[in-house]
Amino acid sequence: MNPVQDLIKNLADEHGRDRTNLLPILQGVVEQEKYLSEFSMIEIARELNLSAADVYGTATFYSFLEHQKMGTYLIRVCKTITCSMKGKNQILLAIEDMLKIGLGETTSDGKFSLLQTNCLGWCHKAPAMLINDEVYTELTPESVREILSQYLKK
Amino acid sequence: MVAHSYQLKRADFIFKNENDWERILDKTLKRPTQELINELMSSELKGRGGAGFPTGLKWKLTAEDPSDEKFVICNADEGEPGTFKDREILSKVPYKVLMAMAVCAYVIGSKQGYIYLRGEYKFLAPELNKVIQEFEYYCKQIGHDFSIKIFLGSGAYICGEETALFESMEGKRGEPRNKPPYPSSNGYMGKATVVNNVETLAHTFTIFKYGAKKFYDLGVQYSRGSKLFSVSGDTPKPGIYELELGMSLQDFVNEFGDGDTKAVQVGGASGFLVPRKRFEKTTIGYRGKLTGISLPTGGSMMLFNSSRSMYNVLDNYLEFFREESCGQCTPCRVGCQQLHFGIKAVKRGDKPAQYLDKLLKLTETMQLTAKCGLGQSVANSFSSIVENFREEMIY
Repeated sequence: MNPVQDLIKNLADEHGRDRTNLLPILQGVVEQEKYLSEFSMIEIARELNLSAADVYGTATFYSFLEHQKMGTYLIRVCKTITCSMKGKNQILLAIEDMLKIGLGETTSDGKFSLLQTNCLGWCHKAPAMLINDEVYTELTPESVREILSQYLKK
Repeated sequence: MVAHSYQLKRADFIFKNENDWERILDKTLKRPTQELINELMSSELKGRGGAGFPTGLKWKLTAEDPSDEKFVICNADEGEPGTFKDREILSKVPYKVLMAMAVCAYVIGSKQGYIYLRGEYKFLAPELNKVIQEFEYYCKQIGHDFSIKIFLGSGAYICGEETALFESMEGKRGEPRNKPPYPSSNGYMGKATVVNNVETLAHTFTIFKYGAKKFYDLGVQYSRGSKLFSVSGDTPKPGIYELELGMSLQDFVNEFGDGDTKAVQVGGASGFLVPRKRFEKTTIGYRGKLTGISLPTGGSMMLFNSSRSMYNVLDNYLEFFREESCGQCTPCRVGCQQLHFGIKAVKRGDKPAQYLDKLLKLTETMQLTAKCGLGQSVANSFSSIVENFREEMIY
């Protein structure tokens, strides 16, 4: 069997095959695969006995469910008001310069992807970003370079 | 005019460590449910997520519903720009929230609770799950059949709207439902459901431990109790502060401003921008109607000093709403987009300044016809910014 099929079956076993378990299953696939392919969505529909359109509808609603393959480390820089006011663009430029990728792009080795996101809830410690589920706050171009160099070693 | 007699008053209930929560839970679960509802109603606690619905009434309506199965949901989809208090509660005093959920379950007759945790706060889940396990174990020991599950969101602001939250939990797109029917009869899976904000639940802990009077004695008429404020923007002391409701915005700015505060956004992107000339007359709290004199907030207080361009601020909010509108109703889907295009066109000089009046009309239409709070409240920030800082919007 295809490894994605295995993954989906395991997730369905773990969470259950009711539609209320659809979001956790989609999240599980994104966590492993770094995106939802058409194949995965059709497989999930089959496993949960839903129409593929229903799965597609749900899957395309949420900004954290990606539809393009993302890097191992997905960087999301907050662009909402306070982070924007406190130098978000300088953070973005520092990341782009260091990783040689633009917004929405992935490094050629598939290690990093760079996106912007709406309010992360760290306005008192702006600017902020997420790398996968880790939060980094009160960023400066220097601190962001330091953080990324740690990830580059991984 | 509101008399300016109120000073900023700190309170310290929410984050106060209470080591005796087990005893409080025990004691509370032995009281008659009607007595608990009455206690909550007499405290006049209103929902701390921003909407301000009386919490006691919410529990009462749900308790009275004949639904065969009921749910308690803690809304931790804290997404309003400038709000970050719920995360702090869940990481510092999670047991207060769990205790309040268990009491709510007892009052309304529920066996299952959920915490809808936004995806951005996923890092909280492992620790929170541990606390939930211990808590469930304790509930079992005292014979209270109640379990709690975390449901993770996936980056959608609109899912903080309670009916969109149900849809999301049911595995669907997070599109708000028509109301009525209300969650008290038709919530998650069509069953009677209480949805309370994290902070609201934490306050009920205070009320059940210390009594309604202790809570009611804080604040002012119509706006009782304390509230967490998330302070950010141009301030020397950003952070989370528990203050009594009813303060004047002037007192707030005196405390938190940097000496050059030009405007304060009360209630996040969906709230109101108050310019300096109206600080004196504005108080923070609930009133029967939105008069613009007393402003409610989920706690978001963003300060802007005179170095900031209000055009950029509005541009940022509109980009936010455009992206976060669920898209199911036309006034909001098209409205948010057109407002955003509109201010850009005026700024570039492609449209005359009078075009702003057309856009203001559009926000009125959105307020009247949008299906949920998101589309309806875009008018708040739009009109308060455009009317007070018109000169900054124009080329």
